[in-house]
Amino acid sequence: MEEQDLNSPGYEIPAEMQSAVAVTSLDRIYNWGRRASVWPMMFGLACCAIEMICTAASRFDLSRFGMEIMRPSPRQSDLMIVSGTVTKKMIPTIVRLYNQMPEPKYVLAMGACASGGGPFKEGYNVVSGVDKFVPVDVYVPGCPPTPQALLFGLMKIQEKITGQRWKDTRWYQKGADQVSIPVPLLGPDLFDPRKIPLFKNPKA
Amino acid sequence: MTNPTPEAVNLAERFPAFVSAESRPGYRGWIIEPAHLLEVATALRDEFGFDYLSSVTGVDYLPDNKMEVVYHAFKTSGGPGLEFKIQMARQDIVEAPSLVPVYPGAELQEREAWDLLGIKFTGHPDLRRILMWEGFAGHPLRKDWKEPYFEEDIKPFKNRWPDGHIIQAENKNPFGDNLAYPEGFDPEQAKFNPEEALYDALRKYQVNEVGLNTEHILVNMGPHHPSTHGVFRMAVILDGETVVSLKPVMGYLHRNHEKIGERNTYLMNMPYTDRLDYLASMSNNFAYALAVEKLMNIQPTERAEYIRVIMAEMTRVANHLWAIGFLLNDLGAYFTPMLYGQEERELILDIFEAVSGSRMMCNYFRFGGVARDLPDDAARKIQELFFERFPRRVDEIERLLSENEIIRTRGIGQGVLSGEDAIRYSAAGPLLRASGIPYDIRRADPYSIYDRFEFDVAVRQNGDIYDRMMLRFEEVRQSIRIVQQAIKQLPKGPITAVKPQYTVRVPPGEAYGRVEGPKGELGFYIVSNGKANPWRYHVRAPSFINLTAFEPMSIGQKIADVVAILGSIDIVLGEVDR
Repeated sequence: MEEQDLNSPGYEIPAEMQSAVAVTSLDRIYNWGRRASVWPMMFGLACCAIEMICTAASRFDLSRFGMEIMRPSPRQSDLMIVSGTVTKKMIPTIVRLYNQMPEPKYVLAMGACASGGGPFKEGYNVVSGVDKFVPVDVYVPGCPPTPQALLFGLMKIQEKITGQRWKDTRWYQKGADQVSIPVPLLGPDLFDPRKIPLFKNPKA
Repeated sequence: MTNPTPEAVNLAERFPAFVSAESRPGYRGWIIEPAHLLEVATALRDEFGFDYLSSVTGVDYLPDNKMEVVYHAFKTSGGPGLEFKIQMARQDIVEAPSLVPVYPGAELQEREAWDLLGIKFTGHPDLRRILMWEGFAGHPLRKDWKEPYFEEDIKPFKNRWPDGHIIQAENKNPFGDNLAYPEGFDPEQAKFNPEEALYDALRKYQVNEVGLNTEHILVNMGPHHPSTHGVFRMAVILDGETVVSLKPVMGYLHRNHEKIGERNTYLMNMPYTDRLDYLASMSNNFAYALAVEKLMNIQPTERAEYIRVIMAEMTRVANHLWAIGFLLNDLGAYFTPMLYGQEERELILDIFEAVSGSRMMCNYFRFGGVARDLPDDAARKIQELFFERFPRRVDEIERLLSENEIIRTRGIGQGVLSGEDAIRYSAAGPLLRASGIPYDIRRADPYSIYDRFEFDVAVRQNGDIYDRMMLRFEEVRQSIRIVQQAIKQLPKGPITAVKPQYTVRVPPGEAYGRVEGPKGELGFYIVSNGKANPWRYHVRAPSFINLTAFEPMSIGQKIADVVAILGSIDIVLGEVDR
C-alpha cells in the first residue's frame, strides 16, 4: 500500500470523533510500534563500537529513535549492530548470539570490516564480512562510519520494518521456526559445517 | 634519542665468553648465547639496574636461516635503554630459554612469540597460544607462512582489474573464502576443542583447604560481556564470589596488524596504526613516525614538532576522560559519568576532524612532519578550550566523582598492585605511576620536544583502583598545561622537513621508537632491509602487556571487583589483540 493510501483509509469519520478515533491498518500500527522501539544488542567489536557509543551518548542521542535501550542479552534484543572487524576466533560467538536472538531480528553491518573485511580483509584471522555467516539487512560504509552515518543506517532499518506485513513475512507464518545457523568450529582453520560438500569435490 | 646504545653498558666486557656486540650495520645492542641468557639477564637486572623489561619479540630472518628474539630493557630511574638478542637456527619449532623467571612481564609476550613465530620458550609457566586458538595450523608471522588470501609478498599489488575483469581473492580460493586447511584435513574425523588447554591451565591453582569444603565453579566472562570493554574474555574459577584462578583470553580482535604491516609500504602502515588503540590514534601515529624517522635519520620541523605534541596531549585528555567514564560505568554508575567525559571528548574530536578530516582515525603524522597544517581557526579553538573550558570542566568532573561514597568504598584498597610488582610485570603508564613509580617516558627518556615544557609527572602511592582514577585526572591537568605552553609558543614555518612521498627509502637497520601513550609505553620495533616495506614490524602494545598484571591483581578479589580492576587498567582491544 502506498503511503498516501495508508494516510487516507477511505472511511468517513464524523468530525466530532476525529480527535478520538483514527482508522489504520494492523500492519501499520504494529510496525509503528516495532519501529520506534528497536532494542539493539550491546556488544562492540572494534573501533566502530566507539562511534556506536558516541551515537548513543548525548550529542547524537540514539534515544530519539527509541533505540537507547541496549540490551546485553541477545534474548531481549531485536537488532544486532556488528560494529567492527569480525575475526575467525569471534565468529562462532557472533553466530551463537544471532541464533539466540528472537524473531523478528535485524542485523546491521557497521563499517567496512563488518561489511566486507575492510582494510584487514587479507588477514589470516579475519572473516571477509559478517554476511558470510549471518544475513545482513543494512550495510553502513565508513571506517569508522560517523554517528550520522550510523543513524542513517538505523533509519533504513526502520524503513525496512515499516514495509513488512505480517501476512507474508516468514516468521509470522504457521509453523515457521527460528532460523538456526550452524555454528562454525575452530580447527586448523575456521571450519564452516555448511562447507562439508566442498571438501569432497573442491572448486578447481 | 631513545635508541639503546651499546656504549651505555659494556656487556661484552662483563661476559666475554658468551656476549658479543652487534656487528650488522644499522643494528645495536648485544647478542647473547641462548644457553646463558638467564645469567646475563639476572646480572642486567641486579647489577646494571635494567629492572624494566619493556618489549620481547621475535624476528624471522628467513634468508639467513635464523630466528632471533629481541629484548628491550630500561631502567625505571630513567635514561636510554639496552637491547639484547638471542639467535637460534631456524627450525619448525625453535627452542629458546624463557625470561619469565627473571622478568615476569615477559609472560604474555613470550606466549605471543610462540603463537605467531613458533619460538618455544622452555621454562615458561603456561606456554599456550594467545592470539590464535589452540589447534590453529602454523605460526603466521613466519616469513614462509602464507595466508589463504595471499597475493604477493609486497604491496602495492599488481593490477586487480586487468582487461576490465575484477580479480577477487575469494574467487581464487577453493573454498571461496578466507580459508586454508592442511593436506588431508578431514572435517568428519577432526577434533575441535580449542578450549581444553585453557581450562587445564586454569585448574592449576593451589587450594587452601580451610573451613568449609565448597565447590569451585568455572565462569567465562566475555567475549561479548558488556563490562569487558570489547571482546576481551576472562575465564575464572570462583569459590563463592571469590576468584581463585583467572586467565585472560584474547585474540578475538586479532586482525593481523603485524603480518599486514610487513607487506605494506612504510607510509601505508600509518592509517593502520590509527586502528591499534582507536581511542588514541594520534599517539600511535607519533610512535610509528618516531621509529621510522629514527631509521631514516630525519628530524621533523619545529612547527611540526609543536603540532605533534599538541595533538598527542589532546589525545591523552580525550582518552583519560573516556577511561574515567568507563571505569564508573563498570562500577555501576551506568552511563551518566560517561556522558560528562563524552561531552568534552566530542569537542576534542571536532578539532581532530578539522585538522585531519576524521574524528577518530586521524592518519595525521608523516615521516618528517604532519600531513597538513592547522586550519585557520584551529589554534584559536584549542586556545579557548584549553585555557577556559577544560580546566574548569575537569575540576567539575573530579568534584563530582572523587568524594563519591561508592567510588571510595569500591576503589580504595581494591586491586592493589605494589610498585615492585608493577615493575616486575612490565606495567606501563597510569598503572605503573599509580603504584608509586614516577616513570614517564616524556621525562625519563624525552623524545620530540618534551624537554622544553614544564609539567609534573603525576604519581600516586597506593596502586589501587581509586588511585588510578585520580592519577588520570592529574595527568589530564598536566596535559592541559603542556598544550597551553605549546599553543603559545607555536612557531610559524613549514610543516614537513622532507618532500612528501608515497614510498619512502628506509636504509637497512632496526629501530625502536616509543612514546608515552595514554595507556603507557607504546613502542614500535621496526627492522628494515632497505626495501619498500618493513621486514619486521612489531608493536609493543601497552594495553596488552598491562594485562600481565591482571591475573595477580585479581586473585583473591570478588568477581564484581575484577570488573572494576579491568576498568581501571583501561584496555583497548584493538591494541591488546592487534
